[in-house]
Amino acid sequence: MSDALADMTTPMPLLAMAVSDSPGSLLRLGFVDLLIIVLYFVVVLAIGFYLKRFANTGEDFFLAGRKMTAWIAGLSFISANLSSLETMGWSAMAYQYGMLGAHAYFIGAIPAILFLAIVMMPFYYICKTHSVPGYLKLRYGEPARALAGITFSFLTICVSGASMFAMAKILHLLLGWDMDLSIWVSSLTVAIYVALGGLLSAVFNEVLQFFLIWAGSLLIPILGLIHAGGWRGMMEKIQQHAPIIHPTVQNADFTSLWRNLGSFDSNPMGIDWFGMVFGLGLAVSFGYWCTDFLQVQRVIVARDLRSAQNGTIIGAFLKMMVPLIVTVPGLLGLAVLVHPDGSPVVLVPESDPRAGITHRTYNDVLPLLMSQYLGPGLLGLGVTAMIAGFMSGMAGNISAFATVWTYDVYKPLLRRHGSDRHYLAMGRWSSIVGILLSIGTAYLLFLFSNILEYLQVLVFFFIVPLFAVILLGMLWKRATPAAGFWGFLAAILVSIGMWAYVHAFPEGWRPQPKATLAAGSVVRLERDAQGVLQRVIVEKGAVEFVNVPAVAGWSADEALVLAGRVSDGRDERPLQLLAPDVVLAETQEPSKFGVEEVPVVLRPGVEVRHVTVEKRFAPAAFNPDHARVIARSEKAKPMAINMYSAWWSFVVGVVVTVVVSLVTRPKPESELRNLVMGLTELPDEGPCPWYEKPIFWASVVAAVLIAINIIFW
Amino acid sequence: MHASEKQVPIWFFIGVVLAVYGLLILAAGVYEILHPPPEDQRVALWHLHAPVWWGAFLLVVGLFYTVRFRPREGESLTGRV
Repeated sequence: MSDALADMTTPMPLLAMAVSDSPGSLLRLGFVDLLIIVLYFVVVLAIGFYLKRFANTGEDFFLAGRKMTAWIAGLSFISANLSSLETMGWSAMAYQYGMLGAHAYFIGAIPAILFLAIVMMPFYYICKTHSVPGYLKLRYGEPARALAGITFSFLTICVSGASMFAMAKILHLLLGWDMDLSIWVSSLTVAIYVALGGLLSAVFNEVLQFFLIWAGSLLIPILGLIHAGGWRGMMEKIQQHAPIIHPTVQNADFTSLWRNLGSFDSNPMGIDWFGMVFGLGLAVSFGYWCTDFLQVQRVIVARDLRSAQNGTIIGAFLKMMVPLIVTVPGLLGLAVLVHPDGSPVVLVPESDPRAGITHRTYNDVLPLLMSQYLGPGLLGLGVTAMIAGFMSGMAGNISAFATVWTYDVYKPLLRRHGSDRHYLAMGRWSSIVGILLSIGTAYLLFLFSNILEYLQVLVFFFIVPLFAVILLGMLWKRATPAAGFWGFLAAILVSIGMWAYVHAFPEGWRPQPKATLAAGSVVRLERDAQGVLQRVIVEKGAVEFVNVPAVAGWSADEALVLAGRVSDGRDERPLQLLAPDVVLAETQEPSKFGVEEVPVVLRPGVEVRHVTVEKRFAPAAFNPDHARVIARSEKAKPMAINMYSAWWSFVVGVVVTVVVSLVTRPKPESELRNLVMGLTELPDEGPCPWYEKPIFWASVVAAVLIAINIIFW
Repeated sequence: MHASEKQVPIWFFIGVVLAVYGLLILAAGVYEILHPPPEDQRVALWHLHAPVWWGAFLLVVGLFYTVRFRPREGESLTGRV
């Protein structure tokens, strides 16, 4: 048993500062904070009501009248992506993996965004499509568009609902807010302003939300770096604290981006450079940024091609800045979250037996920093930033859903010849119905919360095949309509197949052996001279065991002794013991703890229940034998497996599209004008000074990206 | 679209929100200086009075945007045409 696990049974004093290992309502809001939050809701609704008068036609509602400037398009482009799930999640990643967590903002975004701006945007813009499935219709025909439209609509609702559920859960955990209230207030607000002003309203609110997210988040890295003694001071503290916080990660290098990516086992993320470059940097990143309509919609509505391109490049620049409010706080968590005696506050993964009992989890790193630095007023702004992040993501999904549903599903499949007024009404109603369906999805997640994280992965498995097909469609005039459909479908099926394959366990999968003590159980803790916990003796109460067959035939008349490692019926594994609400036999004081690999003794009379859990298909676990097939190594961790899956799905999409193209009939060139490279003439938008040229700014952003990667190599 | 009507640019909304938030946060910071909370209830780096200077910063930025993009002739939803 490790020292860290021994420490966790030592009672923690209540700390003077708000920073504590113990879970509970983390942030307390005052009057000014609540006023700031209420004002935010008032303003976003006011913007929606004001903009209703400008959304009179389908073009106004679905395409914001195609009059956005480069700055508005760029800010909206990045704001729709800057959800709170992402900022909290990637802060947690930085706490867990160090600088590796910043790859999502560098190689995992910037090359793809620049590619969208310079290479793909002209095709999207010149063909005047209203959506990405709309481009598929023009390039490949109706079947490919229908497949993209239906899957995109379905997944958009799922993601929006998942985001709603996550927001309600987070606000409940951090502020103690009622989950139903959080879901209904935020989603109805989004429904009202999107239904009123359409994309114009969504985009304008996203620009406002961008400012609020930065105003509420930037102070944390500023104060944190002052507190840590600057960048160098933070790095020194990380080196001191990392061995205590991450005792099982040997030789972890928390400050570099590439140095430790030589192999799967030389970094805590369990990924190698190939997976990072081709999986994240090519397949996932290009799929997401270049073909996810939620993103593309924000920039194809610019007033001219140059603004669309410059807006996208502005988005790339802003994306590179996001690590300041995401990665740096994650790193600061390793450095400045300390107890009054100077020892670091240890956050743990969700799977740790201490999680939620005596210790907070990685996901709490950003809220913990908020509670440490933000006083009255600033805390309200920070929480507003969080809510704004959730709502911008939600509105992005709903406005994209309304467009794709109306133009790519309803119009071609259900009512071909409606009036513009009819489709405008359909857009408004589908925004409201989309929100209601998202709320339904959110409530479904209350029942099946374990599907939440897989849902987001599946989106990438849909987006990556789409990118393979669209890329070939734009660059290769020989790609045929049949190939577009079959390449897309084959890659989706392979993606889903790979996902099912890595989670399949033909021999059966059993969760780790676990014992949970019922509330009020009486325990005696035996420690050695150093205070390290040696044994837990359950004197009275009840214990529920999972996958510990040894207790199945136990008679309550005699004592039962279990070692720290027990057989789950197949393998010997560490036993997790969770005691969220027990009483200490010696003092009769309440206590709580979670430990692993500690021997347990049950006194006669203790009530025991046992269940065996075995699954052939377990989305929560990865089969290492199958992972080796997909990701080249059984040491590959979930992140690496997902990246490799995305890469293979891209390869399958390209190969099938090429092969089918070679044996089927292509479209005549006359039908491919303005859709394919070589058959598309760029419009002459007049001369412009060098500082307005997209290629100039794209080069600047690329140079900054390279410099950052060299500095943090 | 009402072409003749004065339009309120999005930047004006942003300016007003930032100015109001800045004012509220600045006021909360000044109140804290005048009536300091007990030491055990203070946030880390309390002595830097972050709400005062951050609130003032937001107020200045907000006022700039509010004045610069106030609704007037020649101003559109997306800024000056």
